[in-house]
Amino acid sequence: MSTIGSSSPADAAALAATGRGSFFNDPKVRGTFWQVVLVILIGYLLYSAVENARANLAAKGQVFGFDFLSAPGGFDINQHLIPFSSEEGSTYGRAFLVGLLNTLLVSGIGIVLATILGFIIGIARLSTNWIVAKVSQIYVEVIRNIPLLLQLIFWYNAVLKPLPNPRNALSFGAGIFLSNRGLTVPEPTFGPGAENVAYAFVVALLFAFGFRHWARGRQERTGQQYPTGLVALVSIIGLPLLVYFLSGRPIHFDVPVQKGFNFSGGLQVYPELVALVLGLVLYTAAFIAEIVRAGIQAVSRGQIEAAHALGLRQKPTLNLVVIPQAMRVITPPLTSQFLNLTKNSSLAVAIGYPDLVQIFAGTALNQSAKAIEIMLMTMAVYLAISLVTSFVMNIYNRRMALVER
Amino acid sequence: MKHFFVFVSACLAMAFGTSVADAQTLNQVKQRGQLICGTNTGLAGFALPDAQGNWAGLDIDYCRAIAAAIFGDATKVKYVPLDATSRFESLKSGAVDVLVRNTTWTLSRDSSQGLDFEATNYYDGQGFMVRKKMNINSALELNGASVCVQQGTTTELNLADYFRSNKMKYEVVAFKSDEETVKAYDSGRCDAFTTDASGLAAERVKLSTPDDHVILPEIISKEPLASSVRKGDSQWGTLVRWVHFAMVDAEEAGVTSKNVDEMMKSPSPEVKRMLGVEGKFGDGLGVPNDWVVNIIKQVGNYGEVFDRNVGASSPLKLPRGLNNLWSKGGLQYAPPIR
Repeated sequence: MSTIGSSSPADAAALAATGRGSFFNDPKVRGTFWQVVLVILIGYLLYSAVENARANLAAKGQVFGFDFLSAPGGFDINQHLIPFSSEEGSTYGRAFLVGLLNTLLVSGIGIVLATILGFIIGIARLSTNWIVAKVSQIYVEVIRNIPLLLQLIFWYNAVLKPLPNPRNALSFGAGIFLSNRGLTVPEPTFGPGAENVAYAFVVALLFAFGFRHWARGRQERTGQQYPTGLVALVSIIGLPLLVYFLSGRPIHFDVPVQKGFNFSGGLQVYPELVALVLGLVLYTAAFIAEIVRAGIQAVSRGQIEAAHALGLRQKPTLNLVVIPQAMRVITPPLTSQFLNLTKNSSLAVAIGYPDLVQIFAGTALNQSAKAIEIMLMTMAVYLAISLVTSFVMNIYNRRMALVER
Repeated sequence: MKHFFVFVSACLAMAFGTSVADAQTLNQVKQRGQLICGTNTGLAGFALPDAQGNWAGLDIDYCRAIAAAIFGDATKVKYVPLDATSRFESLKSGAVDVLVRNTTWTLSRDSSQGLDFEATNYYDGQGFMVRKKMNINSALELNGASVCVQQGTTTELNLADYFRSNKMKYEVVAFKSDEETVKAYDSGRCDAFTTDASGLAAERVKLSTPDDHVILPEIISKEPLASSVRKGDSQWGTLVRWVHFAMVDAEEAGVTSKNVDEMMKSPSPEVKRMLGVEGKFGDGLGVPNDWVVNIIKQVGNYGEVFDRNVGASSPLKLPRGLNNLWSKGGLQYAPPIR
């Protein structure tokens, strides 16, 4: 990009003297001129948009401002991760947080599950087992080619809503029920001493990591291996369990009981959330599977043959040779799938899941009439979520990338 | 998604459009040669397209009446179906000239939403519908129930108020469109469905087995459903208001679509003024002097419109109730044309 300073009259004079054209034919001068014109035009467009919106709002007696966020909303939201009720006068600002958390919840669960499922299917597509490979291929082709909105409506209307009512709920034992009100599971309640179990879990986790580090060092020195996975599993499950019994079983489960219209007690996972997670995970996993397959196939065949020649078995070949190299190819497109999933979660509005768009840009917008403010906030949130996701994935990508010396 | 595009275009119009709030709507409509009327996406009795795509309903007849008053032709209307969350933005941005979409007149909407409400064409109240087999006779037995409701409505707020003031718990399941809300209730996602009582009657007809559902007796709110225009255009607002008044006055005076031609010869000074035989009352509104004749001939008086769309001659069979003339114990009362 040329700047104003770089096209001094001296340059122009020199150009003119060499006979390459007049001052007005100097490409630098012309480039600068058009850029200045463009900046002024965009500036004017923005200014007139803001000014026009302000004038139109004023003409209808409306004021631009965010004061409404502290006004009580007067409506309720069924799924709220933080307390929200019209009874306590919860505000529009709080409704924003509830919607934001619901969006983050569904995106978070979706990203984790879609990644796991996508990797499994991607690897399965390359399986030497004909049936496994074909089934994965059919899955990818079918799911990838049906619009997500239709899939969401399918999962919600065709699968979840025909479930029986709570009185005739399907019981899976252990207090788990499935009905058209969603999945009802026992809710853990934490008594005194429950924090010890959490501490034990952290300690076990640290121990497992430390042990792995030690075992690796030992393997590098001596070549002897330890079953680190087994040790980690036993310590992570065993230690908290031991502490749980030692501190007198402080965690109880509130088992749901069918009562009146619905279940009383227990934790309820609403069908809207289940349908949205199902739809987003299955859809995004199909794309991730293709990315994973492409990444693995990008690793040269010679690498695998070399690993086999060195005597590595199938599993260590995959874990130590193929996947680390494939990850370099996989990570950047994987990031855009994560972003897609997050943004696609706004399709929740079609099935009544109370995400940011449904609650804040829907109910709150309509009840408060603060359209411009609310749309600006909503767009800013999606932008922020996307930028943070990209940032984190870029850090990961930098660690995975080939280090060139 | 459709809503999103409406919204974006509304925002763009808000930002770049010329100021639409000026007292220009009537001139714009006349120049265009067509009225653009914001209506419901589909509510039996109020606004519903038939198999041929012709719209019919109480709200639709109000759009037609306004067109008849301006152009002498009730067909010069374009209908724009709007859901609850996009209706006000569409009106404010100028996408529609008038909103006749079973919309409740409230203080906040009238004062700070950028709208002016004009005339209540249906006095309604919110009710509940439940399944018969639940054996519930009162809304007060709904403690712990899941309730399906359309979001962005006064209904959603009344629901919260009602359960709060009666110290009952409930789970709200809110949907964007009326169709989704009813579908969710029909499939069993909710124990109860709540909306205006007229809407309950209209939606019950559409359920898979209407006889399995009952409407509970409680009416938990006042819902005056009224037409609205953009704030600050009093000339246009006055016309919209007086179209309603003329239809009510005509019913009171006994002027119907069938006898309007004979009534032109009526000796009654009241009828003479109404039908433009005496005086120049159309001038003040900016419409032809025979505006009431056109409305009554092509659309009908209030009683006829009510009866045809939601009353005894319709599938809904709603009683006149509050919507009867004031002289018959109802609330429909119009100032005199003089």
